[in-house]
Amino acid sequence: MMYRMESHPAEWIVRSAPLVFTFEGREVRGYEGDTISSALAGAGLPFLARSFKYHRPRSILSFANHDSNLLFQVDGVPNVRGDVVPLRAGMQVTAVNTFGGLAADKARILDRLARFLPVGFYYKAFHSRRHFPRWERLFRAITGLGVVSLDAPRQSTPKRYAFCDVLVIGAGRSGLAAALAASEAGAAVTLVDEGARPGGASAGSTGIQELVDAVQGAPRIQVLTGTEAAACYADLWVALVDNTRLTKMRARAVVLATGVIEQPAVFRNNDLPGVMLASAARSLVLRHRVAPGRRVVIVAANLEAYETCMILVAQGVSVAAIVDLRPERDADPQEPAVQDCASHGIELLRGSAPYAAVAGSDGVVAGLDVAPFDVVNGADAARVRRLECDAVLMSIGWAAAAQLLYHAGGRTRFDDGLQQFIPEEVPDGMFVAGRVNGVFEPQGRLADGRRAGLLAAAHAGFGSAAAVPAVVPRSGRRPSHAFPIVDHPQAKNFVDFDEDLQVRDLENAVQEGFDSSELLKRYSTVGMGPSQGKHSHLNALRVLARARRLGPGELGLTTARPMYHPVPIKLLAGRSFHVERRTPVDADHAAQGAVWMPAGNWRRPEYYARAGESREQSIAAEVAAVRSSLGLIDVGTLGKIEIYGPQAGLFLDRAYTGRFSDLRVGMTRYGLMVDESGVVVDDGVVARLAPEAYYFTTTTGGSATVFRELLRLNALWGLDCALVNVTGHRAGFNFAGPRSREVLQSLCDIDLGEAAFPYLGVREARVAGVPARLMRVGFVGELGYEIHVAAGSACAVWRALLAAGQPHGIRPFGVEAQRVLRLEKGHLIVGQDTDGLTDPLEANAAWAVSMKKPYFVGQRSLRILKARGPRQLLVGIEIDDPARIPRECHLVIQDGDIAGRVTSIVRSATLGKAIGLAMVVPALAATGTRLTIRGDGGEPIAAAVVPTPFYDPRGERQKAPGAA
Amino acid sequence: MKILVCPLNGPRPVSEFAYGGSVRASPDPGSCTDAEWSDYVFNRAGSPGIKREWWCHIASGYWFIVERDTLRDVVLATFPADAARKGFIPPVPAP
Repeated sequence: MMYRMESHPAEWIVRSAPLVFTFEGREVRGYEGDTISSALAGAGLPFLARSFKYHRPRSILSFANHDSNLLFQVDGVPNVRGDVVPLRAGMQVTAVNTFGGLAADKARILDRLARFLPVGFYYKAFHSRRHFPRWERLFRAITGLGVVSLDAPRQSTPKRYAFCDVLVIGAGRSGLAAALAASEAGAAVTLVDEGARPGGASAGSTGIQELVDAVQGAPRIQVLTGTEAAACYADLWVALVDNTRLTKMRARAVVLATGVIEQPAVFRNNDLPGVMLASAARSLVLRHRVAPGRRVVIVAANLEAYETCMILVAQGVSVAAIVDLRPERDADPQEPAVQDCASHGIELLRGSAPYAAVAGSDGVVAGLDVAPFDVVNGADAARVRRLECDAVLMSIGWAAAAQLLYHAGGRTRFDDGLQQFIPEEVPDGMFVAGRVNGVFEPQGRLADGRRAGLLAAAHAGFGSAAAVPAVVPRSGRRPSHAFPIVDHPQAKNFVDFDEDLQVRDLENAVQEGFDSSELLKRYSTVGMGPSQGKHSHLNALRVLARARRLGPGELGLTTARPMYHPVPIKLLAGRSFHVERRTPVDADHAAQGAVWMPAGNWRRPEYYARAGESREQSIAAEVAAVRSSLGLIDVGTLGKIEIYGPQAGLFLDRAYTGRFSDLRVGMTRYGLMVDESGVVVDDGVVARLAPEAYYFTTTTGGSATVFRELLRLNALWGLDCALVNVTGHRAGFNFAGPRSREVLQSLCDIDLGEAAFPYLGVREARVAGVPARLMRVGFVGELGYEIHVAAGSACAVWRALLAAGQPHGIRPFGVEAQRVLRLEKGHLIVGQDTDGLTDPLEANAAWAVSMKKPYFVGQRSLRILKARGPRQLLVGIEIDDPARIPRECHLVIQDGDIAGRVTSIVRSATLGKAIGLAMVVPALAATGTRLTIRGDGGEPIAAAVVPTPFYDPRGERQKAPGAA
Repeated sequence: MKILVCPLNGPRPVSEFAYGGSVRASPDPGSCTDAEWSDYVFNRAGSPGIKREWWCHIASGYWFIVERDTLRDVVLATFPADAARKGFIPPVPAP
């Protein structure tokens, strides 16, 4: 049973600051400086949690941020890690995954049913579809972790960007030495460690405090404790996670001094409360003054076991025996720590292994059955001897904490002497030091840290790498046992404590054919729990290797992926942030009742809602206003580009299908753009302002990408011209309707007469006193002017136009009315009436293509397509019965086959019929052809091919004012 | 996130850039066959290896050329776009 020891000068807890909290509803006392786990253990609780699958009592195993069994529900927050989260007064702590509380957990019966829960149980039991839902509900309920509260308040967490020359990960002996060396070379160093204080596992050991003091006094070293390096991404961007935030650290060089993770021995009941890793006991005793027990047995296979023993003895903990898996000759008999233990009268059982731990009535370990052991034959069950004890510490080996190396694309190899994966290929800019690099001796770790620190500084541009020794000799020690696994006929010898996996489970999985590391992991779930295999991968690999009669190095570990430790998702989540562009008159639209719709990145008014009008009525009224009098639409979302230079015309000739080098100054022309394969990608209007200056528009959706592609073509061709994107600088309105000329004339300082400013002309003028560029366009099929002004003046002009139009019943109109108006004119919309395969010939736009030009993008492809003939054609259609109209994308059916589709459809009040555009096979494209369209529910809808434009086919209205 | 060295703007995070396809020499549209032209338009070499690619620094609208080993996911060199017209300078080998 664990207990709190007397105070010690170096302890981390503050005796004068006791903290009271509750655990499972019961009041418990701890101290400032405790973690949740150390406080509970110090209070003498026999066990702290139930295991994930079998609901076995569990207590501290690693005390190193991978005690996956000690996850708690704290003040409503699930899965709080007890081994690292600091204790606070008033915390309400409960165990997770229990039924009726920790002590009386009804699901503990599962421990006796383990036989019926074989490996791969899910795959086997859930085979039947009939039973699956019942099993799933049952298992969702009885296996699991904390409870997520759906009422949890929304929290936004800040992100931080940080930069440094050298990032040192791990503030143990080698990391401290590396930080000092890099700082001495002149580099700005950030040293991070997940622990609450620097020193790492070495905290309290000889010489460490001096090193910590030197680092804290050194210039240019920033020390971040309580900070995990959770992931390493491309070009040394390292995710640093602390309690409150994610820091995106970009380092010029990284020193990985992440150390090693102690591994458990595998024997029957190795999960009993009181059985823990020796490193856990060291931290508990030295930092929190919690003794592992009153009579301790140490399971040993390395020198660290004896060092731990002497530390415990010095602190007043009674060690009954050391059970060393190694035969006498391998058990470091000459080492001082070993001789110290012997001289203190501690019983040394060499060549022996724990065969089974025995639980007392309180569930805590009460004895350890030990037996003679060798790697080949295992434990000799016939010669078992019981050692009375109340704690078992395991010190049999380590696994490299090389996860960040793997994240960065590094590779390791298995070293048989060290029984550890050590770095083989290290990514550019990363340097590995200390025990993770296979260097275990204290002096060696200092030298290795210094080497890595100097190399990292040199990589970041400080000092030279020439004088730095390339390698520090790796350990002659054998810190890890090759097979610390003891079979037992009654099993419960756990490899994975997260997932309650025994040796037998893994062996069965291998027998069932899941005999590679990756398959074994996925089938058995070994290493898939919260600790992500930190204490189970290596032993699982050993079990697999034995079954396959291979070495661990021949099989390899599974892929390590971010995050290294579990990271609360709130720290990773970004803000809900949708990029949305708004035109300068956005607020005016809103005031006028705009109902918004997305258009590319923009938001645009779909229509303007008015009291007493339905959506359809509003749209119809907007259309009617334009046809009969006056309307105004914001077209500022169009891409707006200026191009200047002697070869500006040539550039446009090459980028667009039409010819613009012969366009007269003061005139505009429709521009159609295709890609290399001849597919229509964009359109707009090109205006020539001066011999060497053009202004042109792109579609709303294409404004960014078209401009970018034009820049690329300009870079590729190297013509003497330059492009400027003025999309955001300029606003644009289309002022359209029979009254547009007379109303605009009242606001405008130039002559708008047909002779002075003809159809398709472009003029510079002042509108309402604001400098404006006017273009006579015909998109909506009425007399109309596009008015482009500087964004800052947009509102003034918009309001002036509406005010001047007021006596004529002007209405602002939205995208929906514009769709009706343009469709009545038979104008296509790129991307709606065309798709990713439509060429200009098919889109009925051959008139906009000048094949005689020497070159334009897509010309060669269009030549091929022209020779081949169209596969489909865009035609106008009229629906027989305006009461039954198809929808856009409904299919045209001919003899049971798909022969086309509707691309646009509207009910035209102007024309009194339903009209649309459809892409049909050439055989159906002739005027008068009867079409059958498959409507909703499959019913046929009759239509006919008709010529376009539907409205004002001779285009008289966009030229002559007020024509009836 | 990767860092890309823009010839105009220096090292910037790759999120500031847009990919613009591989740099390929067009056959002469006047003399090539339809099959040669179709091959140029539609076929791309997807096998990993050393590629020359168009990249654009979005904020500045600057296009340039990246020589990249897609097998090792390493950028070998970056060039101003006129390198594509004037012939490439051999890249400095990676250290």
